[in-house]
Amino acid sequence: MSARKIKENPNLKHICMNNEVSRREFIRTGSVSLAGMAILPSFLSFGCNRLTEQSGLNEYLEHFGVSKEMLQKVMAEALSRGGDYCDLYFEHTLSNNVGLMDNEVNRAGSNIAYGVGVRVLKGDQTGYAFSEEVSLEAMLKVAKTAASIANESKDFPSINLSEKVNPDYYKFKTAWEDVSIKQKIPYLQKLNDKIFALDEKVDKVQVYLNDESSYVLFANSEGIMSCDYRPMFSLYASVVMIDGDKKEDFGSSRSMRVGFEYLTEDLLDEVAKEAVDGAKRQFLAGKPKAGEMPVVLAAGSSGILLHEAIGHAFEADFNRKETSIFSDKMGKKIGKDFVTIVDDGTNPNIRGSVNIDDEGIDTQKTKLVTDGVLTSYIHDRISAKHYGVDPTGNGRRESFRYAPLPRMRNTYMENGPHTQEEIIASVKEGVFVDSFTNGEVKIGAGDFTFYVKSGYLIENGKLTQPIKDINLIGNGPESLAEIEMVANDFKMDCSTWTCGKSGQGVPVSLGLPTIKVSKLTVGGVNA
Amino acid sequence: MKDNKKMELAHWASKYAKENGANEVSVSVYDSKQSDVEIREQKIDKIQESIESGLSIKLYVNGRYSTHSTNRLNKPELERFIKEAILATNYLAEDKYRSLPDRELCYNGEERDLKLSDSTYDAVDPRDKIDVAMKVEAETMGMDDRIITVSGSYGDGSSRGYMVMSNGVEGFNESTSFYVSASASINGGDSRPSAGHYMATRFWDKLNPEGVGKYAVERALQKIGAKKIKSGKMDMLIENRSVGRVFSSLLQPLYGYNLQQKRSFMEGKIGQKVASDALTIIDNPFIESGRNSRLFDRDGLAAKEMTVIEKGILKTYYIGNYYGKKLDMQPTTGSPSNLIFEKGSKDLNGLTREMKEGILVTGFNGGNSNPATGDFSVGVEGFYVKNGEVIHPIAGMNITGNHKEIWNQLAAVGNDPLTDRSWQTPSMLFEGIDFSGL
Repeated sequence: MSARKIKENPNLKHICMNNEVSRREFIRTGSVSLAGMAILPSFLSFGCNRLTEQSGLNEYLEHFGVSKEMLQKVMAEALSRGGDYCDLYFEHTLSNNVGLMDNEVNRAGSNIAYGVGVRVLKGDQTGYAFSEEVSLEAMLKVAKTAASIANESKDFPSINLSEKVNPDYYKFKTAWEDVSIKQKIPYLQKLNDKIFALDEKVDKVQVYLNDESSYVLFANSEGIMSCDYRPMFSLYASVVMIDGDKKEDFGSSRSMRVGFEYLTEDLLDEVAKEAVDGAKRQFLAGKPKAGEMPVVLAAGSSGILLHEAIGHAFEADFNRKETSIFSDKMGKKIGKDFVTIVDDGTNPNIRGSVNIDDEGIDTQKTKLVTDGVLTSYIHDRISAKHYGVDPTGNGRRESFRYAPLPRMRNTYMENGPHTQEEIIASVKEGVFVDSFTNGEVKIGAGDFTFYVKSGYLIENGKLTQPIKDINLIGNGPESLAEIEMVANDFKMDCSTWTCGKSGQGVPVSLGLPTIKVSKLTVGGVNA
Repeated sequence: MKDNKKMELAHWASKYAKENGANEVSVSVYDSKQSDVEIREQKIDKIQESIESGLSIKLYVNGRYSTHSTNRLNKPELERFIKEAILATNYLAEDKYRSLPDRELCYNGEERDLKLSDSTYDAVDPRDKIDVAMKVEAETMGMDDRIITVSGSYGDGSSRGYMVMSNGVEGFNESTSFYVSASASINGGDSRPSAGHYMATRFWDKLNPEGVGKYAVERALQKIGAKKIKSGKMDMLIENRSVGRVFSSLLQPLYGYNLQQKRSFMEGKIGQKVASDALTIIDNPFIESGRNSRLFDRDGLAAKEMTVIEKGILKTYYIGNYYGKKLDMQPTTGSPSNLIFEKGSKDLNGLTREMKEGILVTGFNGGNSNPATGDFSVGVEGFYVKNGEVIHPIAGMNITGNHKEIWNQLAAVGNDPLTDRSWQTPSMLFEGIDFSGL
């Protein structure tokens, strides 16, 4: 299990874009002959209403070319072999990308993904199949495949479908589909110029802007039908600086469920400064001494500690199979009183938020650790049923091509009683870390790692020498118990974090106030 | 077998794009099938099947470039998709390095059977697939009381790709693969160590599940009681199956993208010593049934065998079409095919016996490497070795250093290359590595 920041790179296949005339304009005029609107052939193929973020359930049904009756037929087929639950997940995702390299906005791309996944559950067992063609015939065929997880002949009573209306955790003004590539290009160019203006050692800059609009229609055998529009915006800048024969690099990114209005001069200034300051500091950086020592984690992206040390091991599929090191710790005291850790899908506009999870369950703010006590695992339908608890809305999937699994959303720790100054002052010899690229955990052994791009040594309560490129390693339950101080400066990180599990990547976020862990093994050099 | 309709679709898309404003085009159409089954406690835990297809297109429009993909393949939609994409490309800045590769460097259509595809793929009975996965788990039953759970999996895939470039280059490839894997979780007291193993083949009749489950359980059992030892400089022997994780950091800076973007510590190193004499690597795309065998690469460049490193001396970079033009270098290929390492004389046990004090690394945890500077730091697990004897398992430790240095500390390679992987790595013994522990 792992997390990483996406770094866009021109070799990536699935990249994207948008065109001059906006989709909404197209919708308004309703003219098929209008040239130059956004790339949306699949919408056009249906020849009637186009979906927008304001569309209701009926428009989604129409868009995918399905009716309630068709869904009922497909579900009847899916449950014909004795399955006890089924769901249908329709998805249409349009992604666009535009990139700058060597001072010019000279690359772009787009991707369209369209299809439906059919899942059948029988107890803990899962049958899954998907189709890229949404016709009754194609859907019945995949339903039959998914149905084969069960093996008896049974008539399922007809399912009465009704709409479930979701809350809206990603409000925005201008949908990315309404933004042309021409409007985006100046922002990339400006960001490039800002980065070059900040320091004469800047030698290479790359900037990438990705946006995604995902339309999801969901129905299940409990009679729920719902629809969700999911926007995603990502901006990434990287810089290489050269000083004599020394070379250093650094990157900065932002990714949220927001609209075009989020992209401002101020944001560009922030990203430019972060990238250049980061790279400058690397020239001064060395390696700490190898071994165990106290580690102070700065507020913000240090939340990767929670994601790796605790989050994955709390995912209930591992716990129901008893393969997690936390399998026997429910209800037990596993941290100090001031340690409260949550996994939250409701934070407005944050990358890991979802209006509804991918198996039709309301998202929520789930307290995993409350005042130091393990209070909840991260559940999907299967594990919630196994444990006899309510699902937590963590059933997520990368796309219609995958069955959902228990996954994190935004994982963070709530504020504690200390201050950052107090925490740094309390360390005689240790490290302070504030920038990360990736992490990983072994669920059963509990050993987790995260890679520190930059930080500082702490000597006698003060930050001194910068450090770079070191791996930190600890053990989940031990490190959780060893969180000795928690500050009151919580910060959510808004970088491009993507969580990987069983071959599926989902967008997540993480956050932390400044904390101190009494010891982690720090990668370094030996005298 | 070639689906002529898909090939026609690729030709049509290329022609359509040219008629609508593209100067050059490269189109790839693919289709694939997959099935997977996972068994736990002799019951199906999960079964999944899929069929996919799609088209991707690289557009060269008035000196500008963009790339697009879709899984909506009906022609009216594709027409709009291509037209819109061409219009949008016009807003980009010109990039004089964007053009199709020279025709004479490209694949010439010569057919050669690399034995990558099993014609019986569609005839395999689904029940036999489930049986194979059942067998993987079944052989572990009753092996040890400390087993928490073992899952046995079977998977297969079949894929076909059709490439058409507007300069007349045309290519087709197809391959199948079959695999079995096992993942074992063990109750080790405070810890629940796990381990996995797999075997993969290109042909159904070569797939042998025997021993896969047992080996996963044995590896997990060996991890019981793992502990951290004191930090220090020691020898490091990396088991063949784990070498790839560290080796990939030596390959990264050889890519054209990293060289051109000044993100490579290998700049200007052709003909120079970058590793010890023990390292010789050949890139061979023509190995029969190889995991990464091919006749052409993503750019349409004809595959060829090449020496990457010879007795520690760097012989070539990985340069694709675009970065070749940007760097003013002859393209080789943008990415490795199969990597063949010159063998040493000893197996893993033999190499272990050569160690005075060190760690036999059997797995990695997280970590990263910076291709611009060579700095790296990675978590490790494995076994503490003293005077040639394995003493106890270790976990929770890091190795840290720089790739400019450690490859010169490579003392020996094993005679045990992993022949069923694309990077056929042998075990490797390094001297004087910085370990972080207690």
